[in-house]
Amino acid sequence: MTRVLELSGITKRFGHVTANEDVSLHLDRGEIVALLGENGAGKTTLMSILFGHYTADEGHVRVEGQDLPPGKSRAAIRAGVGMVHQHFALAPNLTVLDNVMTGTEPLWKLRSNRAAGRRKLVELSQTFGLKVDPDARVSELSVGECQRVEILKALYNDARILILDEPTAVLTAQEAESLFATLRQMTSNGLSLIFISHKLHEVMSASDRVVVLRHGRVVAERRTAETNKEELAELMVGRKVERPARPPATPGKVLLEGIDLSLSGKGGASLHGISFRLRAGETLGIIGVSGNGQTTLAGLVSGLYAPDGGTLLVDGQPVQVHDVPHAIAAGIGRIPEDRNAEGTIGDMATWENTVLERIWSPAFSSRGVVRRGAARAATQAIIDRYDVRGASVDGRIRLLSGGNMQKLILGRVLEAGPDILVAAQPSRGLDEGAIAGVHERLLEARGRGAGVLLISEDLDEVVALSDRICAIVNGRLSPAIPPERANAQLLGLMMAGDWTAAAAIEAEASHAV
Amino acid sequence: MSVLFDILGSVGMWEAVLRIATPLILGTLGVLLCERVGVLNLGIEGIMTFGAMIGWLTVYSGGDLWTGMVAAALGGAMFGFLHALLTVPLGLSQHVTGLGITLFASSFSYYVFRLAIPTSSSPPTVEPFRPLEVPVLSDIPFVGPVLFHQTAPTYLALVLVALLAWVLYRTPLGLAIRMAGENPHAVDAQGIDPIWLRIGTIMAGSALMGMGGAFLTLAAFNSFFPTMIQGRGWICVALVVFASWRPGRALLGALLFAFFDAFQLRLQTVVEGVPYQLFLMLPYVLSIVALIVMARRASVPQALMQPYRRGER
Amino acid sequence: MRFERRDHPSRLVTVLAPIGAILAALVVAGVLIAIAGANPFRAYALILKGAFGSRLGFSETLTRATPLILTGLAAAVAFRARLWNIGGEGQFYLGALAVPALGMIPAFAALPGPMVMVACLVVGAVAGMILLLIPLGLRLKFGVDEVVTTLLLNFVAVLFVSLMIEGVLKDPLAFGWPQSVPVPDHAVLPKLMDRSRLHAGLLIAVGMAIFVWWLQSRTVFGMRARAAGLSPRAAAFAGVPLGRTLIAVACLSGGLAGLAGAIEVMGVKGYVTTDLSPSYGYSGIVIAMLANLNPIGVIAAALFSAVMFVGADSMSRALSIPSYIADVTVALSLLTMLVAIFLAQYRVRR
Repeated sequence: MTRVLELSGITKRFGHVTANEDVSLHLDRGEIVALLGENGAGKTTLMSILFGHYTADEGHVRVEGQDLPPGKSRAAIRAGVGMVHQHFALAPNLTVLDNVMTGTEPLWKLRSNRAAGRRKLVELSQTFGLKVDPDARVSELSVGECQRVEILKALYNDARILILDEPTAVLTAQEAESLFATLRQMTSNGLSLIFISHKLHEVMSASDRVVVLRHGRVVAERRTAETNKEELAELMVGRKVERPARPPATPGKVLLEGIDLSLSGKGGASLHGISFRLRAGETLGIIGVSGNGQTTLAGLVSGLYAPDGGTLLVDGQPVQVHDVPHAIAAGIGRIPEDRNAEGTIGDMATWENTVLERIWSPAFSSRGVVRRGAARAATQAIIDRYDVRGASVDGRIRLLSGGNMQKLILGRVLEAGPDILVAAQPSRGLDEGAIAGVHERLLEARGRGAGVLLISEDLDEVVALSDRICAIVNGRLSPAIPPERANAQLLGLMMAGDWTAAAAIEAEASHAV
Repeated sequence: MSVLFDILGSVGMWEAVLRIATPLILGTLGVLLCERVGVLNLGIEGIMTFGAMIGWLTVYSGGDLWTGMVAAALGGAMFGFLHALLTVPLGLSQHVTGLGITLFASSFSYYVFRLAIPTSSSPPTVEPFRPLEVPVLSDIPFVGPVLFHQTAPTYLALVLVALLAWVLYRTPLGLAIRMAGENPHAVDAQGIDPIWLRIGTIMAGSALMGMGGAFLTLAAFNSFFPTMIQGRGWICVALVVFASWRPGRALLGALLFAFFDAFQLRLQTVVEGVPYQLFLMLPYVLSIVALIVMARRASVPQALMQPYRRGER
Repeated sequence: MRFERRDHPSRLVTVLAPIGAILAALVVAGVLIAIAGANPFRAYALILKGAFGSRLGFSETLTRATPLILTGLAAAVAFRARLWNIGGEGQFYLGALAVPALGMIPAFAALPGPMVMVACLVVGAVAGMILLLIPLGLRLKFGVDEVVTTLLLNFVAVLFVSLMIEGVLKDPLAFGWPQSVPVPDHAVLPKLMDRSRLHAGLLIAVGMAIFVWWLQSRTVFGMRARAAGLSPRAAAFAGVPLGRTLIAVACLSGGLAGLAGAIEVMGVKGYVTTDLSPSYGYSGIVIAMLANLNPIGVIAAALFSAVMFVGADSMSRALSIPSYIADVTVALSLLTMLVAIFLAQYRVRR
């Protein structure tokens, strides 16, 4: 086998933080290597160095035997390295062809040869089975199609080595499967691939070799055939992490009920006639491919939007005023989907972030004047009780890690003792240890009699925590199934909108009760 | 009514439209370039002031008219570079920086002007651009004098509209510029440094603004005086929104605007009982109306006003 | 070379930023003075002497600082909430115009003295508010960026003033000069110093700075306004009513700029003309930035600008350097201040 890529002794520091330390890895022709590691393990930094976005402090990169000059992405592209970014580097208002052709011709050419570009693009998309319309605007494409464009961009630059950063982060299970099939086919055409992931099952199913990165160092390298999920999990995290188990539920009265809720034009996707019931002491899990209305549903229950039609009942009473203070006063605790953009304001102090959503309460203000003493004391109590590391009452919240930020959010929500908890993607982007902590808190809230509405794209999480599971598809809610009956195939069908099996199971379950 | 028709039928009125439109066309193209690459340039008002002053001063101190135009373009590019330096690599607030550039460039212009011309009751003048008659075509009745009896910078501005449209939509550079305004990460991922691309484009756009200012002192009037730009720069910023960031529509917008301006100037002289201030307000009010009409429809460059730093999203 | 955000912005740098920025601006302006053939040190000495060297100069500096404090506050409160109010100039003029306009109402003239004064101040503030609420309404309703609309409305406002002072508010005793009728007698602000133009408006301005500081740092409104400015999405999630908060901010900002105009006409001029303001509104933006949007800092920044403007007048007479050098220095200090703030927040790495 020919060695197409070799990174040796790469070290990269940002201030006091060492992102990569003495990392070496190689890639052979026709091989798929998975780069496995948790968030913050240094995977993306390493690949950015390879692609010339960062300059390594030490070490060097060789592509097909040639040293790659550091810090020049142009050189990497010319050497045949293509990168498919996790956040697509696409312009939504331009066409597919525009996106693919940018930067592929000399800038000072008087006329762009679009006909030739189009021919090459069509040819590539046929060769590799990546179907796209060259004239479609990127904003009209689905996420899966966008990814195809990203891959085509790399191929258009004659990439022979392809680096994919978390390629399945935004794909459905089906899309992910077909992506890996395509990638496999590419290797038979002579391409070599590295993909970055923290998902064990896809690493196991799609790679030839796994390199595990932890705290910026390579901690292990295994042939995929000779390892297993459990070993990789332990290598990745560095210790065994047990997610807490769910004790049996003791459902009480109905706390939250939606009757035929519909809403359009807010929060992205619309809702069409959603009905559900959430009882005290139970967790209702809602799964679904992103963009099917879960954000809208969470926003609706959280008091951000009022429904166009239907009724939301809290504790049996129809909600009259749909706004945030009323939702919180009615006992709804809200864990937002996006910690950084929605849950916190990075440049405000920790104490301000803690009390802002309850600032109207007499505990934190009187006659429009903030009770700073009380607010800070409450914040300090949460920092202590919820073990928010690195936080100080007056420090800016931007400095906290994702896990600690989530602890603070959980703290500010749970300290109010909510009857209903809306948790949207509560463990997104967290590492294993932090996820276990979040799950523990959610189970605790359920244990003391709160109803938990868990909206998540992480199927393992939903199955582990929920007492009933629904899928949301195109703004409609599927029948609910008990987690014991859940399996990958059934959940996949539910998320795809095929609800016959789920309906049968629901009918059966309701009979049993 | 017949008064209106008299105005609308007069050659002078239509000839004035193109003349009034020229600085707006140049300024609007300048703003359009900057915004297409993702940077708001509120320095325009000051840059036009500086262009007007330095262009005039160059000619006043013996340079020829085109040297004046070139000086204005270079001066504009210089302030554009300053704006680019602060907003692109440093990523400072484009609003505040642009206003700072405007305040600095205009006060600097007045300072230099006063140094050069210490005291004068009436501002000194230069010999401005004379209308160039395009042979044959200028003999066409009505259309001839209106379109083909203009000064050279006006023809230049019209050529620049076509040129800019070509560059933006037909060349690799234009594609990169548009891409940088939509998503600079995408440009970077393809191996083009968005920082330099933005800096260069802002300088080019600012050069156009400087020329727009110089047109005022070297063709429309023949002297420089403080506050002569009178918000034309801000109007250009509004026109770009109206034009939906397209060069062709920018030309249309500038012409439409100039039409109303020329019309109200003539109307002032014939309509009695309406205070002249109401007519003078018209351009500003129209700009606001244009903004309202287009606000929701316009396809704003997605990365406008978003600073780009590698590794930050 | 790249810039990395500091985890903890250095306190020292944050405090030194405005001083460094002003020094840098003075150095550049000094070069411009030297190019003009004068000794920059002498020029600056003359500026200081002009601004502080005599009782009259000192009182003039404070008089000049008064409207600048208020327009600076107007910009600072708006920018904090990311409301780009660049219309301070127009709001200033409408605030000023409201005072003689109110004096024209006969019923009003019959009111007792102190009430006249208070009413004039309030009406001036309200006039400023209204002018800012228009562009804010356009932003909330149609999504029109307020930067350009507030800028354009400045021109409309000044033309409106011109229309009024040549029309219904024209002073018949002004020998045909376009100026408004004088403000009501009871509305003339008392002098703080004999034989000077310094008036009680300074106390109002300083009082407003302290009030705004309290409002921003101690009240629910202040916290919400800041949240809405820093992250509208997160603020909305936390239940901050964005529209209402912005409207309140606009009332405060426009009100302060209007108040500046009312006070200027009630304290100094006595009547309105179209050259009442040597761009107080635009200078307010510089002052707000120099103060890093801190209301107490606004007082210091306004003083600096006033020193430059008043001092440059007398310096320019002595050295025949155009007095525009003051505007150049103040504008430059805005740009250098932006860089200084940046350096306080980021560190430079190779």
